[in-house]
Amino acid sequence: MRKVYTHIDQIVGPVITLRAKGVSYGELARIRTRDGGSTYAQVIKLKGEEVSLQVFAGSKGISTGDEVEFLGRQVQLDFSSDNLLGRTFNGVGEPIDSRPRLQGAEPIEIGGPSFNPSRRIIPSQMIQTGIPMIDMFNTLVKSQKLPIFSVAGEPYNELLARIALQAQADVIVLGGMGLKYDDYLYFRDQLASSKERTILFVHTAADPVVECMMVPDMALAAAERYATAGKDVLVLLTDMTAFADSMKEVAVAMEQIPANRGYPGDLYSQLASRYEKAVDIEGSGSITILAVTTMPGDDVTHPVPDNTGYITEGQFYLKGGVIDPFGSLSRLKQLVNGKTRPDHAPLMNAMIRLYDAARKVRQQQSMGFSVSTFDQHLLAYASEFETRMMDLAVNLSLVEQLDLGWEILANHFTEAQTTIPGKLLATWWPKNRAA
Amino acid sequence: MSTSSGHVQGVSGNMVTVAFSGDVRMNEVAFITLPDLGGEAVRLKAEALRLKAEVIRIRSGECDMQVFEDTRGIEVGAEVSFTGQLLAIELGPGLLSSTYDGLGNPLEALANRCGFFLQRGVYLPTLDRQRTWAWQPIARLGQRLSAGHALGTVPEAMFTHRIMVPFGIIGQVEVIDVAPPGDLTVDATVATVRVLATGEVRALTMVQEWPVKRPVSCYAERLLPSKPMTTRTRIVDAFFPVAEGGTACVPGPFGSGKTVFQQSVSRYAEADIVIIAACGERAGEVVETLREFPELIDPRTGRSLMERTIIICNTSSMPVAAREASVYTAITLAEYYRQMGLRALLLADSTSRWAQALREMSGRLEEIPGEEAFPAYLGSLIAAFYERANIVRLEDPNLGPSQGSVTTIGTVSPAGGNFEEPVTQSTLAVVGCFLGLTYARSYAKRFPAISPSESWSKYLERLRPALDAAYFPGWVDLVNRLQRLYIAGQKVGDQMKVVGEDDLAQADFERYLAAEFLDSVFMQQNAFSEVDSSPSNERTALLLKLTAQVVDHDFGFRSKDQARETFTELTATVRDWNLAAEGSEDYRTLLEKVHSRLNASAAARAA
Repeated sequence: MRKVYTHIDQIVGPVITLRAKGVSYGELARIRTRDGGSTYAQVIKLKGEEVSLQVFAGSKGISTGDEVEFLGRQVQLDFSSDNLLGRTFNGVGEPIDSRPRLQGAEPIEIGGPSFNPSRRIIPSQMIQTGIPMIDMFNTLVKSQKLPIFSVAGEPYNELLARIALQAQADVIVLGGMGLKYDDYLYFRDQLASSKERTILFVHTAADPVVECMMVPDMALAAAERYATAGKDVLVLLTDMTAFADSMKEVAVAMEQIPANRGYPGDLYSQLASRYEKAVDIEGSGSITILAVTTMPGDDVTHPVPDNTGYITEGQFYLKGGVIDPFGSLSRLKQLVNGKTRPDHAPLMNAMIRLYDAARKVRQQQSMGFSVSTFDQHLLAYASEFETRMMDLAVNLSLVEQLDLGWEILANHFTEAQTTIPGKLLATWWPKNRAA
Repeated sequence: MSTSSGHVQGVSGNMVTVAFSGDVRMNEVAFITLPDLGGEAVRLKAEALRLKAEVIRIRSGECDMQVFEDTRGIEVGAEVSFTGQLLAIELGPGLLSSTYDGLGNPLEALANRCGFFLQRGVYLPTLDRQRTWAWQPIARLGQRLSAGHALGTVPEAMFTHRIMVPFGIIGQVEVIDVAPPGDLTVDATVATVRVLATGEVRALTMVQEWPVKRPVSCYAERLLPSKPMTTRTRIVDAFFPVAEGGTACVPGPFGSGKTVFQQSVSRYAEADIVIIAACGERAGEVVETLREFPELIDPRTGRSLMERTIIICNTSSMPVAAREASVYTAITLAEYYRQMGLRALLLADSTSRWAQALREMSGRLEEIPGEEAFPAYLGSLIAAFYERANIVRLEDPNLGPSQGSVTTIGTVSPAGGNFEEPVTQSTLAVVGCFLGLTYARSYAKRFPAISPSESWSKYLERLRPALDAAYFPGWVDLVNRLQRLYIAGQKVGDQMKVVGEDDLAQADFERYLAAEFLDSVFMQQNAFSEVDSSPSNERTALLLKLTAQVVDHDFGFRSKDQARETFTELTATVRDWNLAAEGSEDYRTLLEKVHSRLNASAAARAA
């Protein structure tokens, strides 16, 4: 039986309300508008016969007399493990790359149940990205969830694109939320060369707000399918603040009581249920999540970055065009740094310690203090470190990164000045290696 | 009890409104039948999908319920059957070493049944029905017993697990039959009793159910906490001790080391039973405990740590209503083992996530919000939760008197790292010990990042006799003196930031160095070192004495540089000593080095 209704009682923001029977929570509906167009909507509240739906394409132009048909199913993603790769979809899972609809696709549930914690395993493998500030200093680990905390204007999308191109992963799923159209085109063009392993779900800033809310679920539902089929999937999301803002918009339209700066009380749970999709499945694939979170006003205590920080396993700070080595942290790096090369952890620590010392010298210098000869070495070291390692354009394998680290140290310091244990110096110090 | 039924009237997020006929109890459990749209029930080989929910508000023929599952697919008009029972958990042997979700579903068994993902509507018994236990009767025929009295025991791990008269029985029962010793499953009848008040005859098994939101209170009396709950984290045990049967709150911003501290306590604390409630936190953290504990041997018992541990795991992506229930489930388990005369330690991580679950529900109920939209009753719920921690005297007619305790340590994740927020403040009002983790310390890599100036413990004075006995006479006085010395040194440090080192008096500068020394060698501790992570009481006593000796010593420094050099050297030596295993060559030589350094300066002064 088709359930069609033709009278909408209320339209507030992206939410419409009408009277209907036999409707289930979360059910999908199609709205046919006067001008012959159609859009989907999802049930977000039931109260007696009063049904509230969030309209994916927004409520602009929706008439109280438009036809609403309930489809008797939940929101789904058309999935096909072969035909999804290389394609671009919008937040509702419709192709937007002017290519035909998917062939042989199977509809799958989005926002599915969470992974049983007793079946999780301790992460143990690193993901090489070719970027020294990640691989060497804050290693990304398979199944990790890490945000990139940044502010508007920083090259976070460029960073994501580089990671998408360089990272070791079988499948890359990119979810764009509130993207400027230029950024969308940028991603499309940048990732054209690795089409065979990339899927894009894109919501641009001009698209309806409800579609923005669906992007992470779509991206993660696809990722979950590949992961359970044995693929290592890297999910890149940008920008999660836009996602949170779209939730705020719908919550306000629903007259929900806001908790903190207008965000709904379930912000933490909503973010967590997405981030917790990151998983390493024993004997199968994995999902790793890197998500840009822009901090309004560069304020890390803003509800979005703050809640994110409690959920994720560390964070990268992208500041001044580089990944800041001090605030950034990969909580899982200890799990893998021991397995890469024996000099990895001590070298990393020594380089950071010296860079920190250099930073202090710079501050003193700027205050007019005189600098000693050792301080001069520190300053020279810092600038070489910045140009040869911190620059995001650098693309090296981990082994090359480590060798470069030793080379830079040797350019400016004596063995003793590095305070690295003698045994390691004997093996890895450039002069000793040559001998 | 007759049970009622009803029909769904509305759905909003995880809240469902139901019109009912008959009577409905507050906090009663009900099941909502789901139309099988996607074939979920077929996949799970169930007749119909039924979602568990709890009544949280009743008004004029309708009740609001929080659903412990994803509510997608619920229709208006869907059938609801009320159980007449409050949200309860099964208690009995076999709880130890297990991992449950917030409602007491065993996660391992769920995985065996449903695979990698948690499917909604699947509820499994908390206790294993197949496993047998060596039953040993205690109660005698004709004996009159009350709730909480032992009927018999079974061995569980290294404990004698008491099978007790159910806590819910009112008045006395007369034992009319007891099963002989033997290997029994939990469902076997172990005793038959007549309830004197009603004359009802009841067959009792090893299993009883207890409503989680109600404290278990069948004990003789509540006692004043007077013994320390040793955590093996030095700064806590010495400066901010937690009492057995007491409460502590550990707030900290993200990245300040809450998890590491919590894990360290779960490993080394001197409790019999450790219950970890992973409430709304990362699943990854639980996994480390899950995978590592079975391999770790508890040096005190020689058995794996997992054998004394229960994990209640309702992580952040699991349903939020079950998260709300999870802390209650956890504390009920702690109370159950307390009733056997054991020391249970509950680690609740994080109570903020629990409070957020309350806030989400309160928002759905459209209640008038309090501060930061938390419900107005947040404070009283937090207080009631922490008040369930206690140390009690138990009287058993057959087993004699004993003491049992529940100690609760709850972490708080304050938004923005700001301790002024409602959850931290409500918690501080009711706990006996505050261990504040700060960014300032964690950025400076001073771990554990428990702030020595902001933290406090009301137990230090109360535990004075026990602490002086555990360490050495005068321990508490020394701790107090060092605490004052630390604060004084900190003040100098702050002053130094403004005026610079040069303008500081020599004596002030030395005071500063002494405080830094105390911080570096005693308050800081390496949680990842096998030796330093869990020093014995003797070693901690020795270290505190040594620290006092150094800071009290009159070195007679002539310059600040000289003082700094000496303290740097001493700090390095003592820190190395902290990492040296007892009885090792390093242990001896490093200790000697400190003493000879002190003697040398004494000799120099004498000369």
